[in-house]
This record gives sequence, C-alpha cells and structure tokens, in this order.
Amino acid sequence: MWKQPAPANSSFNEYNTFPLPQTQRGQSSHAHGPVGHTQQPLVTGTSVLGLKYDKGVMIAADNLASYGSLARFRDIQRLHPLGKHTLLGVAGDMSDFQWLKKELDALLREEDALALTDSHPSLSPKNIYELLSNLFYARRSKMNPVWNAVLVGGWDKVKEESFLAYVDLLGTTYSAPTLATGFGAHLAQPLLREAYEAKAGIDGEGPLLTQEEAEKVLEDCMKVLFYRDARSINKFQIATITSEGVTISDSKSADTYWKFAEGLRGYGAQTQ
Amino acid sequence: MANIHTVDITRLKNGEVNLGTSIMAVQFDGGVVIGADSRTTTGSYIANRVTDKLTHIHDRIYCCRSGSAADTQAVADVVHQHAQVYTSVYGEPPTVSTAASLFEKMCYDNKDQLSAGIIVAGWDKEAGGSVYNIPLGGGMFQQPWAIGGSGSTYVYGYCDATYKEGWNEEETVQFVKNTLALAMSRDGSSGGCIRMCVITKDKVERHFIPGNELPRFWEGKEIIGSMSGQKVGIVA
Repeated sequence: MWKQPAPANSSFNEYNTFPLPQTQRGQSSHAHGPVGHTQQPLVTGTSVLGLKYDKGVMIAADNLASYGSLARFRDIQRLHPLGKHTLLGVAGDMSDFQWLKKELDALLREEDALALTDSHPSLSPKNIYELLSNLFYARRSKMNPVWNAVLVGGWDKVKEESFLAYVDLLGTTYSAPTLATGFGAHLAQPLLREAYEAKAGIDGEGPLLTQEEAEKVLEDCMKVLFYRDARSINKFQIATITSEGVTISDSKSADTYWKFAEGLRGYGAQTQ
Repeated sequence: MANIHTVDITRLKNGEVNLGTSIMAVQFDGGVVIGADSRTTTGSYIANRVTDKLTHIHDRIYCCRSGSAADTQAVADVVHQHAQVYTSVYGEPPTVSTAASLFEKMCYDNKDQLSAGIIVAGWDKEAGGSVYNIPLGGGMFQQPWAIGGSGSTYVYGYCDATYKEGWNEEETVQFVKNTLALAMSRDGSSGGCIRMCVITKDKVERHFIPGNELPRFWEGKEIIGSMSGQKVGIVA
C-alpha cells in the first residue's frame, strides 16, 4: 500500500498507468496558480485492524515503521490513546502521524483544562472522528494530504455504546463493526467479518464476540498479514477500549507454521 | 505527454513477480555452503513464503537466484540443460567455473532484457569448493564468499567484520545462517525460512530453518503497553 518512494525524475507511476504531477522546471516569477504539496509517504506503517466485540472495541497494529522496503524502526507504537475513551490506530506516513499526535494531544489538553472550570463535556470518540474527517478532507482539497489511514475506536460514555470508524488521506469515511486498512482490507477483513457474522449474523443483530474470541481472531489476522504482507513484522499490539477505559497490550507475536515447507524443492521439475 | 516509448527496467512490469531476496554462498575447505531466504513478492504482497531459491544445475553445482523470478528460472533452466549436454558429450560433470561461464554468457548477452542476480557455487575436483557472483550486467566475479539480492545491502558490514578464512563446515553454516537472518529481519523483500545446502565431494546436504526458529538479534526496544481510565483494582 505504501510504496517505494518514486525517483525524482519519473514521469509515470510504476506500471505506467497514469502520469505523475511534475514540479515546474524553469521557475517564473509572475503570479502562480494554485500550489499543491502533494508529497509521497516516506517512513510508513502498514495495516491497522479494528473489531467491535461484546465489551467495546479492539484495535490491532504491528510495531514496524518501514522506509520503502527497509524495516527501519521496529519498536514503534502505532496505537495512540486520546483521553480515557478513544484510541487511534494509524497507518501511512509516520511523520504525519507524529504531527497528528502532537495536534490532538494539545487539543485534548485544552479541552481537559476547560472541563476543570465548568461542566464542559469531554470530546466523545465521534467528536474526535468528525474533527479528523474534516481535517483530512480539507487537507486533501488543498492538495496537501495528511498521508495516513486512521481507525478511530472508542467508547461513548453518554450513549453507552462502542464506536469504530475509518478515515484516510482522501477524506474517505466509513464505519462498520469490522474495519481494516491497507493489506488488512484484503486479507484480514474477510476473516474479521466471518468471525463477527458467525455470532452476530449477517444483520448484526445477534451476540458479539467475547474478549477471548475477538483477541483470537485479531491474532490470527496478524499472523496471516505477517505471512503475506512484505511490509510487516511479527510484533504487534492490541488495544482494547471499553467503558472501563483504554488498555494497550505489551507487544506480542503470533505463532507461525513453516515445517510443511521443509520438503519442497525447486520451482518445477527439480527433485533435489 | 512525457516519453511513453521506453520501459523503466528498474520497476517491475504489471503483475511481475520478484525474488526480493537475500542469497549467499561461502567457500570452505572441502566445499561450499549456499543459502537463501524463501520469500517471493509481487510488490509488497508475498506470493510465495516458502520458495526454494537454491536451484540444482548439476550433481555438485547449485545456483542462488535473485531478481525477476521468471528471468532467473528461464536462465537456470537453459544452463541446467547445457550442463546435462556437457556431461553426455564429455563423460564427466562440468566444473563450477564452466557452469558459471554459461550463466555469464546468458546474463551478459541479454543484459538489457534481464533482471537477474545469480550466485553459482559448488564443488568440483579441479578447484574444490568455489563461488562465483554474477550480478546485474552479467559480469562474473569469483569470491571466497558472495552475497546478493536486495537484503544483501544490509549485511555487507556484518560479513566484512565477521568472515574469516579457514572455517570448517559447521562454522561456515553458522555464518550463512546468521547473515541471512540479519538480512531477512531488515529487508521487507526477504523473509520466511532459511534454506541452505552444503555441497562437498561426498554429499549435497540440505538444511532448513523454519521462520519461527531463525537466529534473533536486537529487534528494537521492548514495548510496554499502557492503561488509562481504568478503575482501581488488579485483576489476578
């Protein structure tokens, strides 16, 4: 999903399917048209998974920040709590993630300060989500995107219900009981939906997964992603958001199975 | 519109499959040890996580393949056939040097069309163990040890600092294992399991290290989780 940075002089994308915007070569000094800073992502995080279960929401993400194909930083926490009832799981450019953290932490600090002096209600997960949606869409409309895909998970104290939604660099928004970004959308989403619908049914009216069941399916998905996503590592965290608060696990690894491959040889007729 | 009449060979064609890869071969007294990871990628999708990149060319000659899966398979198949014909015609197996020259010819003559980095290694009675590195461009370089593939860039330092002449088979196997494990842990295009082959006069012995039993080095700081807003009380 987050590709190798394009060389400076490329005219087309890697598969020559569309032209790339060209910066003006031969600068002129008169009035310019609209200026975009579209960028490319450099240090990136891969899939984030989200799942509603009986007590609230769980969000999972691995601990890797890649630099193209280099597994550059292997101890990055991509799950970020906001207050006591919201958590962001962030994929995409990590510098934009760090900027988001700074901005949102500052905002929440202000809100907390206001709450001290009057009966100012705290920001609900939905409020934070709406803010992010508007921010992302506004930035994309100025051709200067925040190059991330974010899952917002939370527990709404007032409505007493769980919250889970997606927003990305294009300003696309989407909410569902199971969500995933990047490779996860292709590989994990079907597994998450299967587990969710096995209990809740196709209409979602039935019972939700228990904590153990939810954790198991997320771990299973992280295992599959480690098998098939070349920008992942087998070290991840799972965050849980319930009425009790936000908990982020220590990092863990999925058990992987490789023994079946011992006897495989070659790519065709080779037997040795 | 900008130039649409050339194809950029540094990028994969639509759907093309890449042996991202970490490969290596090391000579020791009595033979060679060759090794490779097991990951084949299409972009960042792992098309095969258990690939065998150690390809049989002759009884005591193998090659390690990196680059385009299609290109390296095609070239290896041709050289494999040449080696069989050589044996029929001359009544004895080709030397590693001869096999490497066959690879060199194909890779050099077709350098514009191919994306193939190959390491040829094996044992023959004239030279004992030998290793030939044939990178992009089709040059041939004999070395006591050779590394290749995208993952190799991360382990040049480790190999330069660690390699010693005069190792026995076991020490050489350990060197290959550690080097590949380090490369696989940093390179996104390498991973899975380690496959190794020890080639001597008497045997071709395969080794397999599953992905959950790889040597581990420093993997970043320990990450402790956190709790916020939790009610007081410790759950047993």
